Amino acid sequence: MPERAATRAEAARLRALFEAAGAVPVETSVLQPADVLLDLYGEDIRARAYVTSDALRGEQMLRPDFTVPVVQMHMEHGAEPARYTYAGEVFRRQEEDARRPNEYTQVGFEIFERDAPEGADAEVFSIFFNILRPFNLRAATGDIGILMAAVAGLRTSERRKAALMRHLWRPRRFRALMDRFSGRAPVPEARAALLASRDPMADAGPMIGLRGQDEIQHRLNALRGDAALGPISAAEVELLDALLGVRETSDHALEHLRDIAVDLPAIQVAVGRLARRLDAIAARGIDITTLDFEASYGRTQMEYYDGFVFGFYAENRPDLPPVASGGRYDALTRHLGRGREIPAVGGVIRPGLILGLEGGR
Amino acid sequence: MSLKLGVPSKGRLMEKTFEWFGRHGITLGRAGSDREYAGYVQGIENIELVLLSAGEIPRELAAGRIHLGVTGTDLVREKLGQWEQQVRELAELGFGQADLVLAVPRCWVDVSRLDDLDAVAAAFRLKHGFRLRIATKYHRLVRDFLRDNGVADYQLVDSQGATEGTVKNETAEAIADITSTGDTLRANHLKMLEDGLILKSQATLFKSRTAAMEDVDRRTFETFKVRLRLD
Repeated sequence: MPERAATRAEAARLRALFEAAGAVPVETSVLQPADVLLDLYGEDIRARAYVTSDALRGEQMLRPDFTVPVVQMHMEHGAEPARYTYAGEVFRRQEEDARRPNEYTQVGFEIFERDAPEGADAEVFSIFFNILRPFNLRAATGDIGILMAAVAGLRTSERRKAALMRHLWRPRRFRALMDRFSGRAPVPEARAALLASRDPMADAGPMIGLRGQDEIQHRLNALRGDAALGPISAAEVELLDALLGVRETSDHALEHLRDIAVDLPAIQVAVGRLARRLDAIAARGIDITTLDFEASYGRTQMEYYDGFVFGFYAENRPDLPPVASGGRYDALTRHLGRGREIPAVGGVIRPGLILGLEGGR
Repeated sequence: MSLKLGVPSKGRLMEKTFEWFGRHGITLGRAGSDREYAGYVQGIENIELVLLSAGEIPRELAAGRIHLGVTGTDLVREKLGQWEQQVRELAELGFGQADLVLAVPRCWVDVSRLDDLDAVAAAFRLKHGFRLRIATKYHRLVRDFLRDNGVADYQLVDSQGATEGTVKNETAEAIADITSTGDTLRANHLKMLEDGLILKSQATLFKSRTAAMEDVDRRTFETFKVRLRLD
């Protein structure tokens, strides 16, 4: 397969560029233990990854991405700070669109570093930007950290905030929760009847299953507490909508977000981080007045990014997925490190997509 | 060559299918003894009856090994990715009606809708250290439905039978299964979620989009359509 050989050669070229930028090449297994990935992504991963098993090791998945094994490897025996690069195939089930490949090559670059996270963000972004410069791609950027700060700063209960935070990556569900918590959507009939009932357990029938009566009672109490709580104010909903709608060049986006932060002080620290990141990116010779920033960018992707996010798109090929993508995933390292954590940022390029582009070889 | 028509090989589904074709002047029947899975067709030329398990009919249609097949919409959608590109619905047969629904214990008085289930799943994971289990054999349909509706923190556990009993046996916290009247759910102290209807299914006649047809088969198919008053 000449295409495969060309992809491999392009992957080698990209990996050499990452090595030249100071990264150590690493390898990971193709078969990954399924439990770690399931714990991280939930049942959805089964729709995206191939699962296999044997009687000894149980369920395994064909590597759906490199990030998880690279983080695990670093946390087991990596020295800090560290820069890694890798090249290899990932496997994704495609049940809806047969034209999408279920096996393709990724080349990645990851930085694990405690100091100056904005500097590391800018370093990763500028390396990708410069490598991809010949291909006339559109760069998209965003910052999930600003959204998380906005939710954490809402003047409402911790319970509501936790529910919103949990669905930050599911925009439709997030919207429905906001509508409910702000009183824009009516309380469903069954919920109203439940709250009005003097003895909700009267018609419950026998207790069956693992979820006990204490758990049901606990949630009933929580629902009553929530019903007694006032709605999230219209002003806050408006601010959040304004925030989610920010979509302009980075310099203007920063000004806009600073304006919003006057009324939504909870995002000030996160906006300060964005400002430092843009300074660091500009210092690496990238013109931020032409760099797009979209506050909602990255919300529909896998939920491990929790800060800076970026992607590179071929504008004349809207049918293609992003040619490159990445971001900051501090929370993932916290989760996989079971208490320990290491701030991390990185991304991947798909050499197979580059080859099909104008300017590709 | 002849057109191959796949029909469920046993039970009410087979009998009802035979009856439906009989009403359209096509007699289907099993040849020889009850144990033999061979069939005959009378009243139309060049159609061969293939008796199969209803669960295998979607795959056989997609592979093009049979041209026509009767099976449930639920099975086609569960087993075939992009099912519209592999098979075409010719007629709903008006029997075998069944709904694929999500159900939870009736004692969960705090849960009536999917967003309740989602909230309970989050709390359950924190308390029990594993994700809330939903027993089903319709993995793809249930997973797609829950993803579209933003339910997270659950896991599917495979159950190929007696699914309604899994909650009482504590091998699952909720179920997604086929029900026609809801009696089995009630008898097992389960209730359907208000917005938990995943799919309405019934026995349907499908045509394969991949099975090869010669001119004579095309003529047979035209006669078949006229006889069944399709289109």
